[in-house]
Amino acid sequence: MTLIRTRRDVLESAEFRRLVERRWLVSLALTAALFVGYYGFILLVATNKPLLATRIGETVTLGIPLGMAIIVLAWLLTAAYVWWANRQYDPEVRRLRDQIR
Amino acid sequence: MASSLGTPTLSAIVFFLLIVALTLAVTYWAAKRTRSTAEFFAAGRSIGAFQNGLALAGDYMSAASFLGITGLVALSGYDGMIYATGWIVGWPALMFLIAEPLRNLGKYTFADVVAFRLRQAPVRVASAIGGILTLLFYTIAQMVGAGNLVALMFGIPYEAAVTIVGGVMLLYVLFGGMIATTWVQIIKAVLLLSGVTLLMLMVLAKFDFSIGALYAAVAARYGQTALEPGGLVTDPIEAVSLGLALMFGLLGLPHILMRFYTVPDSSAARGSVLYATGFIGYFYLIIPIVGFGAAALVGRDAIRRIDAGGNMSAPLVAELLGGTAFLGFIAAVAFATILAVVAGLTLAGASAISHDIFLHVVRKGRASEHEQVRVARAATIVFGVAAVLLGVAFKGQNVAFMVGLAFSVAASANFPALLLSIVWRRFNTAGAVAAILTGAVLSVGLIALSPTVLVDLFHRTSAIVPLRNPAIVSMSAAFVAGVVVSLLSTEPRAIAMYDDEKLRVYLGLGAE
Repeated sequence: MTLIRTRRDVLESAEFRRLVERRWLVSLALTAALFVGYYGFILLVATNKPLLATRIGETVTLGIPLGMAIIVLAWLLTAAYVWWANRQYDPEVRRLRDQIR
Repeated sequence: MASSLGTPTLSAIVFFLLIVALTLAVTYWAAKRTRSTAEFFAAGRSIGAFQNGLALAGDYMSAASFLGITGLVALSGYDGMIYATGWIVGWPALMFLIAEPLRNLGKYTFADVVAFRLRQAPVRVASAIGGILTLLFYTIAQMVGAGNLVALMFGIPYEAAVTIVGGVMLLYVLFGGMIATTWVQIIKAVLLLSGVTLLMLMVLAKFDFSIGALYAAVAARYGQTALEPGGLVTDPIEAVSLGLALMFGLLGLPHILMRFYTVPDSSAARGSVLYATGFIGYFYLIIPIVGFGAAALVGRDAIRRIDAGGNMSAPLVAELLGGTAFLGFIAAVAFATILAVVAGLTLAGASAISHDIFLHVVRKGRASEHEQVRVARAATIVFGVAAVLLGVAFKGQNVAFMVGLAFSVAASANFPALLLSIVWRRFNTAGAVAAILTGAVLSVGLIALSPTVLVDLFHRTSAIVPLRNPAIVSMSAAFVAGVVVSLLSTEPRAIAMYDDEKLRVYLGLGAE
């Protein structure tokens, strides 16, 4: 049997509050990872060029794979959010929505 | 090497006409499906996540970034790669912070979100100022770029090129609205991604598909420094400020935000960001290969002889490896890219005028759909004609800074108000107006006093403001203004309505 609640009840429920909290916890954690990755990279370029110029192959410098890694990181973080939202967020949203008539 | 760049070759004209014919056929098909406001502004919310991902990528990957970043890598080496990374990092931020709330709260424009529980008239006017200012700077950069590129590639006069771009894109928007604009973006994104992929494969084939051999060839010809960071990023504050503008500017670009209303719900919005990030990330991963290829195969001197900024390095390497026919294809794709981007900007401008100003300010929310679409079409014509005139007016000016300006205004005027309206119960009308105006005035004002304008453009020896990109100051100031002004005033209705807003943001209850 599904529970029927008013909008206000859902709004004030512990589940809804937890849903909102979780959503921002996940997205702010991912935003923080993005910041560390990207601004870390940019600040490294600004302050330590010799490090990025270190050769890791015959001519390839450390900076090249690092730059590419930022682009890949951006996509992976986005994918992580979608994965979380599809598995955790959406089912809970559906459950709460169905309670409101 | 003698290049046929600048002469209208048969293949370039044939490819261009094919693309225009295809997109106009799509427009004809779309026109029959474009009656209501939801169809004109939001393609009837019928676009799937994959299609919208391609369309978002199409809106974002401009000819300026395709030709400009390839050129930067060709002439400055690794610095071009650093620059390319800045263009992708806005997408995850867009996903984490505003994509789903934007879709759930809004109807046609980002101003719907800001104005959801605030007083309509002041918020709509302020949002329209921030939005249209962003679109205007972006459009000027695109039109001037278009005129130069098309003149350079096809050999037709600048004014004619600008007029053709304005005319064709007007047909898309006027008759086909968002449905046509979306499919034009999709066609353009597919053409651009496949063209650049082909170009990358042809470059790599010259080096036996060994990327190490490509780097070795670049290092042998231009020294190891071509693969090391150079002078692009030196001042940490400047670097972070540019990074903030690029990252959060995306979260305030009206023509990008508008795309989220073309999908049926917030989970489709989420999916479309993932696809878009994939396409755009792939694009920025492979253009440096084309740029390094151009440096190694065409040579920096040969590239500079055609265009000092290096913008022609991609077309030149296309001609070297694939002959005149392939050059024609790449030139036509670049042209199609400009058309599509300007169409997206124009539609966003038209919706700000029709939906935000006409419907919500002039008519206080009461106007028939028929009337709204008519006003939007009139606004489309005004915006299109203005784009052509501005393109002609800025002929010969260095407008490269205008894209940066557009991103700074978007990050400072539009994004802070948008985010605060979603996450902060106490946010109110006065705070929203203060945030938007502070961001807009500071970003435009600080750029006008920066070395970008005073030293580069007016050749003064020093500038009044040392920062080239103001976002670190103007965006922070907009947040502070939004918070402080909200705290100084109370708006009980805005606070009371926050509960409704929350149910809609997080559960999608009542979403359009």
